[in-house]
Amino acid sequence: MSTIAIPGRAPGFWHRRRTRRLAIQAAFGVLVALILLYLLERALGLQLGFEFLRSRAGFAISHQWATDFSANNSRLDAYLTGVWNTVRLVVVGLLLATFLGVLAGVSRLSSNWLVAKIALVYVEVFRNTPLLIQIIFWYTAVFLRLPPTREGIQLFDLVFLSNRALVIPWAFPQDGIGVWLIVLAGAAVAAWAVRRWRIADEERTGQPGRGNTMAVTLFVLLAAVSYALTDQPLDLEVPTVNPPVNGSFRGMGGGLQVSPEFAGLLVGLVMYTGAFIAEIVRGSIQALPRGQGEASQALGLGAYDRMTLIILPQALRIMIPPLTNQYLNLTKNSSLAVAIAYPELFFVGGTIQNNAGHAVPMFLLIMATYLVLSGVTATAMNVLNRRVQVVGNN
Amino acid sequence: MRTSLLWRYSVLAVAMVGLLGLACEDNGDGEGSGKLQAVIDRGELRCGVNDGVPGFGFLEPDGSFSGFDVDFCRAVAAAVLGDAEAVEYIPLSAGARFDALVQDEIDVLIRNTTWTAERDGAQGAAFTLTTFYDGQGMMVRSESGITSIDDMEGITVCVLRGTTTEGNLEDRFALGGISYTPLAFEDLDTLEAAFREERCDGWTSDQSQLAARRSSYPAEAGGPDSLTVLSEVFSKEPLGPAVRDGDDEWFDVVNWVVIGMIQADELGVGSDNVEEQISEPSSIDVARLLGVPWEGGEDLPDFALGVDRTFMQEVLRQVGNYDEVYERNIVPLGIPREGTLNASWREGGILYAPPMR
Repeated sequence: MSTIAIPGRAPGFWHRRRTRRLAIQAAFGVLVALILLYLLERALGLQLGFEFLRSRAGFAISHQWATDFSANNSRLDAYLTGVWNTVRLVVVGLLLATFLGVLAGVSRLSSNWLVAKIALVYVEVFRNTPLLIQIIFWYTAVFLRLPPTREGIQLFDLVFLSNRALVIPWAFPQDGIGVWLIVLAGAAVAAWAVRRWRIADEERTGQPGRGNTMAVTLFVLLAAVSYALTDQPLDLEVPTVNPPVNGSFRGMGGGLQVSPEFAGLLVGLVMYTGAFIAEIVRGSIQALPRGQGEASQALGLGAYDRMTLIILPQALRIMIPPLTNQYLNLTKNSSLAVAIAYPELFFVGGTIQNNAGHAVPMFLLIMATYLVLSGVTATAMNVLNRRVQVVGNN
Repeated sequence: MRTSLLWRYSVLAVAMVGLLGLACEDNGDGEGSGKLQAVIDRGELRCGVNDGVPGFGFLEPDGSFSGFDVDFCRAVAAAVLGDAEAVEYIPLSAGARFDALVQDEIDVLIRNTTWTAERDGAQGAAFTLTTFYDGQGMMVRSESGITSIDDMEGITVCVLRGTTTEGNLEDRFALGGISYTPLAFEDLDTLEAAFREERCDGWTSDQSQLAARRSSYPAEAGGPDSLTVLSEVFSKEPLGPAVRDGDDEWFDVVNWVVIGMIQADELGVGSDNVEEQISEPSSIDVARLLGVPWEGGEDLPDFALGVDRTFMQEVLRQVGNYDEVYERNIVPLGIPREGTLNASWREGGILYAPPMR
């Protein structure tokens, strides 16, 4: 508040700045309240409440991996199956998109003309076309166009390709997997301790400690020995084609079966997000002072060491915040699955809403679920970000 | 001075609250006076329809709507407003249709909608007499050799997501103890693409829809003959108009327009002969249908349905009777009326109009 005395009359009530601000704020508040009230009234006109999720689902879900949902389970179980389908898609998608993005981003800066141009074309094509179209393209024009089961392509008895399923060899856990996993965890701790000890030794004596080599060797050795001792707790299966019933093939057995829906969605999301990540990686590397690369070159580091020891660790600090955005985008974009019959959470939630009504609570639940998934991703990335930044600032 | 300022703020606050109250007042139309009056006042019927099922509700390239269901929208508009074209068509997805009805965004829902207990009760809809008796069937490739659903152990079935169809599929396969994989699509065209690439062995839907899709199955994919619709029908799908619960007057109007069109078919009154039947009805039932005196006598008793006694005249003039609507929309899909449930009860079907008297 100004304390300067102004000669003459003080401004009238309706001319005071404070009154006007108050009036504008009040008007805005009323507007917001009206909108809320309107929405609330509409929402109350429908039924709020989640009891309908306890009812029998009454429909089956096609994609199940480590879940055992049947139509007799509740609608909530159906929804959770959908959530799980989202989670596994997103986790695999994030890993692959990061890998592809880093690869393409680094390639764009490659001195090899062909590699750099291929990366450029990839980024520009996939960054500049709508994701929905890409997903439908991968599904209908690529994975559905694979031959039907009876004419499926079999590669060395290891991989089987058809438009019903892409089957790859897979190790399935057997009895004793728990014991073996515990031993593996112990081996990992031992390997980590050995590595610490070798690094300390290296710093003390100046002699090469070979910490990584020794740690990996120890881990592999322990893993192999315990695998044999626990009676081989993994069962490696290769794809087999089931014999025909009534003259027509009814699918494949063995191995890990990836449906064309999952594959189409995964490839679509990974290629799209990877293109954005590639640009983030390229930009982060280019944001570093040129001297970093030149100095490491002057020290005699090779191209690989230069990238992995000097450039990428520093670029990572710049990279992580925009990378988080891309991770969140991939998570949310997974809802496009609805276009190609992959039953993730939005798909199953929509089905439940169609069957039971209750649009408002159902969509609130769907939004809350995405919020939680995004929150977990963002929190993890923020923790990573803080750690990287602290190390850098020391 | 101080109190005066406080007083002025209070005035401001009261004015704001008053404004808020005023704005809330104006909500929902025709509250209390009934849907029929609201439609008449508006001069237009808001009809919730499908825009993607040829023969039932379809948005033509020129922006107009056509189909069996659409003709019933036109009939209601003709009866209430005297003009079959006074309809605002509101295309709705399967998921949005009941909310639109309950929220009063449409006056009547005529969108190949199955009459079920849950929809009638929990979802707040009221169904009129059924206009089309459908049933769920299964279509397979002829070369697969599948002749009944019991042959289908271990197969994959393509189905539209979130429909009663999906639930019926589950019920039928559970009944036979047959394992299967459902592949649920949001969109019919993507479903057909997957079926054509042999991603699934069966395609389940209402038989009318299967017949429509089969009749337009492209020659390069084998043409209609490469597909077989199995004879088994494993669900009841009575499709008909629905209005919002709680307005009996409006329900009666829509219901008796439907009944009147079926009655007109039974009596042989259609758009081609309605004028001569008005001036000289061939039977007393025709006179009752059209609301005209019989053999020059006194006026027949009014049904008091809320609409003019002669409401069926405009319906028949502008839209036609049930059979005309069926011939115009359903027969081109390759589904004749004879021998189906939708034939008149006199001809072995179950279409039966309560008496108009």
